Amino acid sequence: MRALNANLENVSRRGFLKGLLATGGLVVAAEFVPARGALAAYATGAAKMTGGVVSDPHVFIAIDPSGLVTIVAHRAEMGTGSRTSLPMAVADELEADWSRVKVVQSPGDEQKYGNQNTDGSRSMRHFIQPMRQCGAAMRQMLETAAAQRWNVNVAEVQAQNHEIIHKPSGRKLGYGDLAAAAGALPTPPADQIKLKDEAQFRYLGKGNVQIVDLFDITTGRAVYGIDIELPGLKYAVIARPPVMGGKLASYDAAAAMKVPGVEKIVVIEGTPPPSKFQPVGGVAVVARNTWAALKGRDALIVHWDDGPHASYDSAAYRAQLEETSRKPGKVVRNEGDADKALSEAAKTITAEYYIPHLPHATMEPPSATARVANGKCEAWAATQSPGTTRTELADKLGLKPEDVTVNVTLLGGGFGRKSKPDYVLEAALLSRETGGAPVKVVWTREDDLHNDYLHTVSAERIEAGLDAQGRVVAWRHRSVAPTIRATFVPDPKFEQPGEISQGLIDVPFAIANLRCEVGEAEAHTRIGWFRSVSNIPHAFAVQSFVAELARAAQRDPKDMLIELLGPARKVQPPAEYTNYGDPLETYPIDRARLRRVVELAADKAEWGKKLPPRHGQGIAVHRCFLSYVATVVEVAVDEKGGLSVPRVDTAIDCGFAANPERIYSQIEGAAVMGLSLAKYGEISFKNGRVEQNNFDGFQVARIDESPPITHVWVVPNSIDVPSSGVGEPGLPPFAPALCNAIFAATGRRIRRLPIGDQLAT
Amino acid sequence: MVKLRVNGQEQSFDGDPSMPLLWYLRDELGLTGTKYGCGAALCGACTVHIDGEAARACITAVSDVGGRSVITIEGLDPQGNHPVQKAWRALNVPQCGYCQAGQIMQAAALLASNKNPSEDEINSAMSGNICRCGCYQRITAAIKAAATGA
Repeated sequence: MRALNANLENVSRRGFLKGLLATGGLVVAAEFVPARGALAAYATGAAKMTGGVVSDPHVFIAIDPSGLVTIVAHRAEMGTGSRTSLPMAVADELEADWSRVKVVQSPGDEQKYGNQNTDGSRSMRHFIQPMRQCGAAMRQMLETAAAQRWNVNVAEVQAQNHEIIHKPSGRKLGYGDLAAAAGALPTPPADQIKLKDEAQFRYLGKGNVQIVDLFDITTGRAVYGIDIELPGLKYAVIARPPVMGGKLASYDAAAAMKVPGVEKIVVIEGTPPPSKFQPVGGVAVVARNTWAALKGRDALIVHWDDGPHASYDSAAYRAQLEETSRKPGKVVRNEGDADKALSEAAKTITAEYYIPHLPHATMEPPSATARVANGKCEAWAATQSPGTTRTELADKLGLKPEDVTVNVTLLGGGFGRKSKPDYVLEAALLSRETGGAPVKVVWTREDDLHNDYLHTVSAERIEAGLDAQGRVVAWRHRSVAPTIRATFVPDPKFEQPGEISQGLIDVPFAIANLRCEVGEAEAHTRIGWFRSVSNIPHAFAVQSFVAELARAAQRDPKDMLIELLGPARKVQPPAEYTNYGDPLETYPIDRARLRRVVELAADKAEWGKKLPPRHGQGIAVHRCFLSYVATVVEVAVDEKGGLSVPRVDTAIDCGFAANPERIYSQIEGAAVMGLSLAKYGEISFKNGRVEQNNFDGFQVARIDESPPITHVWVVPNSIDVPSSGVGEPGLPPFAPALCNAIFAATGRRIRRLPIGDQLAT
Repeated sequence: MVKLRVNGQEQSFDGDPSMPLLWYLRDELGLTGTKYGCGAALCGACTVHIDGEAARACITAVSDVGGRSVITIEGLDPQGNHPVQKAWRALNVPQCGYCQAGQIMQAAALLASNKNPSEDEINSAMSGNICRCGCYQRITAAIKAAATGA
């Protein structure tokens, strides 16, 4: 099944949760110690993550006597397809018939399953190898069991389409017939596991497998965090402090308690900043249904002590960030002498960019259900981090992790918000205060926008010097933004290594005099990971600025970009560079690959073609979560400033493309989210409070304004080229490509996001 | 006491008549396919059919549907094989899937009144339904496919 208008580009031609596993009939799921340290053809950072890597088929695969293969998905599903793609990798190596595969979601248990923290575009990148090994090991165990049954040499047998065949005699045994015997075998040592050749893949790289939840999603049966129904369930909503660090001063619940259906008012103690994953506190209304809880909350009278962040004002804060960016900051990369080269340049160009706070606004707001009774906690949650959620619940409740069960539902969007389990902790605290009844906490859209862990806000200032020939000889980039670390430690002041490694100090340009600096910025709200994180502001500034340089040098923007990328070498980043936690040897910063996606996107978009008046093309490229993405956006801007996007071409090089169909969907979606953030995306503060309440004040792109088609061009790579991120990398290049296109169409340069009414005439 | 039909079944409700249909369906009847997204008719996640027309369950009080027929995603087709559902699957529309019930109900209502909508008509009918994952181009394609039986 192929997606529309998406292609694997041949460059050479042209360049539930109701009791899991180990239930009746599943004979393989015995107690075995997980085999860690799986053999890998290439090294990744997976082993350094909490729980590391587990690839033991005794943990991930169960086969029942009918031959039904059950595969555990241990990563959360928020729309990227990992719940399908990782089991698909197991099934492929297992030589299983996908129609006879059932996928079950694991609970949070990183000791057993390995790391489950589903963010950082890591699922395929860290687990394609272990999951292939897992499937291959099981295949070999089935082959061994068959050889033993037939009393033949194992070399004479072969797994093929859910059967083991004895090649000399043609005898066959189904997987179900061999399940018990195979399951009793030890897992082969890592160095004896034989992976398939690429030519033998059934599913990997093919895009022929549909997501496992497709039928349930289209029929309303799919279960998200907000959908949990349990006997005796109570429903809760919480009035939370509107200002970060704010505390409850007083409240009057008399009217709330009179609302029919309201059963209890519970004060949740907040944790002062940095509050990490802890609830911000507030007054909870527990009721017999959601509506009663909402009405009860409306009837509450609550007074807050706002605390030191009550004066947070986005307009004033922006001015402060920009002021900081105009002064020397802390140097985080320094090559040559940028100051001297700037002072001696024939021409200098300076531009300042501003990118505001962004909310995740997942279609399903944070939601979780928990039951805390008899020294145990069971939670059901839409969470990206089941393992962390389990340990946080255990810590909060004073329980042992083994007495905490975190069941993972589908996530109605994640984008980083659901990596933070504050809402699950809320549900658990409320269950404990309600005598152990199961309690579901629902966040309204207003709650979501008012108490999110927002994407940072940043001022980016870049200065460049051109020589007499228009070549860039100097580059100085100052980035000023409050850091995510502020959510975890007091007063960290500067962007951290992981943030400056997202498009600031890894800027791939071949410029002799290059300096990157960061400035101090204090956080006044909870800052958190948002899809592609600091790549958003850094790429917006850098890739907008390249087009500005092209303009100054009277060059074509794409030519300028190619020239800046320079010779096809690998970039040597400074020591602070973190490379998304993965080794540079496996995932280098490869200018040739950057250049290839630029050329591919430009070629497919017919870069430079003649366009109607008030149309324009813009281009941008960015390496993000170890993948390379270039986007060409075509816009039309009408006389009144109305913006439309008739066409988008995006090229992605993500190493081996394990599930092309889901890569297309992620990139198509990134264009829509990119358009949303460029056009409307902003959370602003006044008197410490968020000014937007719902999808009226905070707009997102709708179907009638979104690109009718995003053409996705995937650079083909063999299985030997390490798979890299897909969920996040599509987003950062979109906004600069869009704004570069707007400039081409209108001569107006957008340096402040969102675009809002800046194009209105 | 409010009496109504939900997916062909008679129901009666003696709770708060101002309760939005959304929470009645979800919390009282356990029909969780209809989703909460905004509570203010801004996102379309809660779209159901009331007497055959698309409506936002989050701003419709139970008392407003007395004597009327409500169809939810669970009742759109007994086997889940409404042409729109089939087209949705054929074109792999969903990502996270959360908004999809609302999208499908909106699309099914559109096709019930307009057998062969133009792109502009699709945009107009679907612009009240937000998809944060950005499945829009496939939604358009799926509606066209469902219309033509492709």
